This record gives sequence, structure tokens and C-alpha cells, in this order.
Amino acid sequence: MMAFSTWDIIRNLLLATRWTIALSLAAFIGGGLLGFLILVLRIIPSRAAGLAARAYIEIFQGTPLLMQLFLAFFAPALFGMNVPAWVAAFCALTAWSAAFLAEIWRGCVQAVPLGQWEAGASLGLSYAAQLRHIVLPQALRLAIAPTVGFMVQVVKGTALTSIIGFVELSKAGSIITNATFAPFTVYGCVALIYFALCWPISFGSRWLEGKLNVAHHAH
Amino acid sequence: MTYHFDFGAVLVYWPALLHGVLITLELTGFGAVLGVGLGIVCAYIRLGGPRPLRFIIGVYVEMIRNTPFLVQLFFIFFGLPALGLSLSAIAAAILATVINLGAYSTEIIRAGIEGTPAGQTEAGASLGLTKFESFRHIILKPALARIWPALSAQIIIVMLGTAICSQIAVQELTYAASFIQSRSFRAFEAYFVVTALYLALAILLRQTLRLGGKFLFPWERSR
Repeated sequence: MMAFSTWDIIRNLLLATRWTIALSLAAFIGGGLLGFLILVLRIIPSRAAGLAARAYIEIFQGTPLLMQLFLAFFAPALFGMNVPAWVAAFCALTAWSAAFLAEIWRGCVQAVPLGQWEAGASLGLSYAAQLRHIVLPQALRLAIAPTVGFMVQVVKGTALTSIIGFVELSKAGSIITNATFAPFTVYGCVALIYFALCWPISFGSRWLEGKLNVAHHAH
Repeated sequence: MTYHFDFGAVLVYWPALLHGVLITLELTGFGAVLGVGLGIVCAYIRLGGPRPLRFIIGVYVEMIRNTPFLVQLFFIFFGLPALGLSLSAIAAAILATVINLGAYSTEIIRAGIEGTPAGQTEAGASLGLTKFESFRHIILKPALARIWPALSAQIIIVMLGTAICSQIAVQELTYAASFIQSRSFRAFEAYFVVTALYLALAILLRQTLRLGGKFLFPWERSR
């Protein structure tokens, strides 16, 4: 029987935190790319594309992330494939983040005054050129703070992947609890590590918001 | 190799699904009412209360908003008994939901109150209202009306988040899915049906909250 000191608990949790960070970054990048695609579908003047993008956002925002994880985990089995937990976790988190990011960014695009589009049109720019050179650069500035803020949701979302068996911070917490029978200490430490990851991001998001908004109002 | 879908094998367990829906709604209902109530109290203290209390509420809000609900739930259900506070699964789930939504709604309501022009409070004072009356009628109600869409969105997020309570064996909708798949071996169909139920619940809840907003704040026209 091996005894766990508090240091052993923290060390093992910190080792597992690497996987939380890796999965968060991967899902954030994947979600960003897919989210951008959905954003474009959502705003281009095509009814079918807009409808498809809205349905996507509605479905992924209107169902629990946990269900999306379960479906990503069980659906490939229908075709005789067995996906490892991390693949299912990455796919579900990416699809889920994409829906939220697309919706956040749509708000930012809509906040760019219509006159900017019209000004671009009057210069003879194509729709794509208006989007690329006039609207998106302005929307990007507005999008930075809420996008950084959403990263906190992604980090917290990775906790759910423990339920389908991906060993990250929360799963490590459960495993260590089963070995040490010290749930108070272990889950307390787990919570503090998540806090240490997320709070600086939240703080940064608020700082950026203040900074960028001041500049925005000054125009 | 082709797979034959069999949703019938899942739907015969409709009493389990119905029970799951009811427990999910119970968690959401308690969570929403008590959580928003907690948020109102905390926002009130945060804006005008004594400094140490304001600080404590600030710490509470930041702690909850920057940690996963799953960990909060495990801490309450598995961790608190070490301090001598043992809760049943459903009580722990309700407590976690209330604490979670309380933190988010504190921030949302505070933002709404901070957006209220100072002239309104002064107008209340000039009418001879007490501090509490002025808070209730002049500050809180317009603030709630303004942030009602944000609050509704958060309540729906909390409803979807209650899926996690299945992990401490609360018999809500996700638990029903796990139960059905363990009986029928139809994992995909079970989770698919339950996911569709969640989507329906989310849409229904959103419409209900929208109607509720119209009823509570009839002077707000912009929705």
C-alpha cells in the first residue's frame, strides 16, 4: 500500500493538467477554424447557407456538451470503428466551440455599421472584398475580448471529457480520490488548478474589453 | 456492414424518459428560481454592501465562473461529507445548480444595475422611497427587464448543464439514457433520442422565458 502525500496528489494532478491544456488548445483552434466557416455561411447572402448555419448553431447550442461527447464516442461504433476517447473528445469539443464562436463573431460582424458595407460597395469592391478588407478587420477588433473569454468555457468544457474516459485533470482527480479517499483535498486542488488556468484568461478578456472598447468609443 | 437503427427499442422505455425529463425540469426550476434569487441578493450587496462582504462575493463569483460545474458538483457531493455535510444526490445537484447560476446571475444582474442611470435612483430618493423600496422598484425591475435575454440564455445553459448531474446518479434525463442503453444495448439511439429531447426542452424553455419576460416586463417592447 502506497501512501499519497499532498505533494503526490498535486504532482499527479499537474501532470494530468497538461492534457487539459493540450485538449483545450486543440479544440479552441479546431473550433475557431470550423466556427469561421460557419460564420461565413451565416452571413453570406444565401438563404440555404444561412439556414444550414443557423440549424448547426441551434443544435450545438441547444443540446448538452455531454450528449455531444457521448454521440461522438458511440456513433463511430455503428460503422464498426472504435475511436479512442481523445478523438471523440476533440471532435465534440471542436463542433461545440464552433457553434458558440460563430455566434459570438456574428454579433461582432453585425456590430459593424451597414454604412461600411455600402462604402465598400460604392468603391466597386466585390462582396468577398468588402468582407475581407472592410468588415472583418473591424469585426476582429470587437471579437478579440469575447473570443478570449470563450476560451474559459472551452477549458471548463474539457472537464466533461473525463466522463467518456479521457484522462485529464478531472479524471485524474477521480482516480486519485479513489486511491486516497480524500475527496475534499483532491477536488479542492482540482478546482484551484482550473481556477489558476481560467482566471488569468477571464482577467485578460476583461482587460482587453476595457482597452479595446475605449478605443472604439473614441472614434 | 450496415447498421439497423432501432429507435423502438429505446422508445419502449418512455416512462424512464418521462421521469428523466421531470427531474431535469425540477433541477432547472429550483436552480433558476433560487439561483436568480441568490444572484439578486449578491448583486445588491456587491453594489452597496460593506467592503468585506463585497470582497467575499467577488471571490465567490470568480471561483464559480472559472471552474467546471462537474468539479463543483463533485466537490459538494464527495468533498463536503468530509466536513460533516452529507447531502443526497438530488440535494447536492440542486445546491450545485443554485450556487453555479447564482454566480453567473450576480454578474449579469450587476451589469444591468450598473447600466441604470444615476438619475433614476435620485428620482426614487426624491419621492421619499426607502433605500430598499428604491432598489426594488426603481433599480432592480428595469435592470431585470434589460438583462432578461442574457439571464434566459444563462438559465438554458444551466438546464443543459444539469446533464452532468447524472454522474452522481441523479436520475435525470442523461441518467435515463445511460439506463436505457445498458438495458437495450442501443447506445447511439438512446443518446440520440435524449439529445433530441434536450433540444426540444431548450427551445420550449426559451419560448417560456420569452413569454415570461413579456408578462413580467410589459413595457419592454424590443423583443
